[in-house]
Amino acid sequence: MTQPLDAFKESPSQTAGPYVHIGCTPNFAGIEMYGGDPGTRMRTGPVQGEEITLRGVIRDGTGTPLRDAMIEIWQPDAAGLFASANETRGQADPNFTGWGRSPGDPETGEFTFETVKPGAVPWHLGGMQAPHITAWIVARGINIGLHTRIYFEDEAEANAADPILSRIEHQNRVPTLLAKKEADGTYRFDIHLQGPNETIFFDI
Amino acid sequence: MTISNERKAGGFVARDRTWQPDALTPDYKTSVKRSPQAALLSFPSTLSEETSPVFGHGLLGELDNDLILNFAKPGEAAIGPRIIVHGRVVDEMGRGVPGALLEFWQANAGGRYRHRKETYIAELDPNFGGCGRTITDETGGYEFRTIQPGPYPWPNRLNDWRPAHIHFSVFGHGFAQRLITQMYFEGDPLIPLCPIVGGLKSQAAVDALTAPLDMTRTLPMDARAYKFDIVLRGRRQSYFENRTEGM
Repeated sequence: MTQPLDAFKESPSQTAGPYVHIGCTPNFAGIEMYGGDPGTRMRTGPVQGEEITLRGVIRDGTGTPLRDAMIEIWQPDAAGLFASANETRGQADPNFTGWGRSPGDPETGEFTFETVKPGAVPWHLGGMQAPHITAWIVARGINIGLHTRIYFEDEAEANAADPILSRIEHQNRVPTLLAKKEADGTYRFDIHLQGPNETIFFDI
Repeated sequence: MTISNERKAGGFVARDRTWQPDALTPDYKTSVKRSPQAALLSFPSTLSEETSPVFGHGLLGELDNDLILNFAKPGEAAIGPRIIVHGRVVDEMGRGVPGALLEFWQANAGGRYRHRKETYIAELDPNFGGCGRTITDETGGYEFRTIQPGPYPWPNRLNDWRPAHIHFSVFGHGFAQRLITQMYFEGDPLIPLCPIVGGLKSQAAVDALTAPLDMTRTLPMDARAYKFDIVLRGRRQSYFENRTEGM
């Protein structure tokens, strides 16, 4: 025998279930609370950098859009700084929260974020990561929240040098992590939980 | 690398995937088409996961942590067994997590959710919305008041019932800590029958989500108390972590 390790075990995850909107976006669910749902406005005033619209749907293994999911995104501002207590490199744009939460459209499941194009952030062993947004998806049928990353197709040079993207074994799956600019200027990032186009999810 | 006399915050401890439920748990049928099949891509946490938004206590309204009153008409209250849920949010090293945002939602005492897609025949309580939130204090402690939710049937196998439970969404100090889970109640005979609980891999994991009755916090002649501690992923703290300055 040895001394016991005294680490606590992380609380086990359980599915968000079909009614996650009651808890996290109650006004969207028809329950007036809190003076509005958290995470609905990422830009709270004039922001630095490029304003962008990010849209997408989350599809299951049959291609059906999820309409009971919640997606959250987290990102730095245009200069690559986070509006976080843990940000030690400088002051982030005071008019940008960096955090968005969407229940998706009740009919189509499409989520929309009005945000800014993120700046690059450092990699902990040196060099830079390509501009990206972190995303987290929960829903009925998802036992533990899924982390993925939204990179930008029009950042080819930065993407090629990115320490995570460049080390992905199956390079033919990298496009599942790229938001594509559409004709109207918005970025589209569809998420596939399963199937031939399954999005790369992270254990990070 | 120079060794300073100050311990630095390192990366997050890797999530123990042998302890957490798998994505695919076929007895919970919805997981079958919603579970990724490729292996997850494992990487050490970076700034994107080691930061998170700040939720100040100024965010909270007076009744946000009181589900008995926060949707009730003036002078009225939600119907059902009155309970207080309290506990601490700590990390894997046992350090309290102050300033964590907790959001909770639940069925009413009859097992009915206030949602347009809900079809269970149990009645809605006009004074119960079913959601609330709070932010942990400087020690990681929290509490809220609610009514004990009822168990309810759900469409999975022909006769599946959820044990009484409260959903929790937890936001700590890093996006890597983001967690949604459910709290169950000590002694509920439906716990071992539930296919969602059944996705947990050990009795210890089930126990970690089962709140005991806590008579020390029970208010005499008023409300029983249940204790529910939550553990979030921890960050390494070391003199020796090899990180570029400023990280």
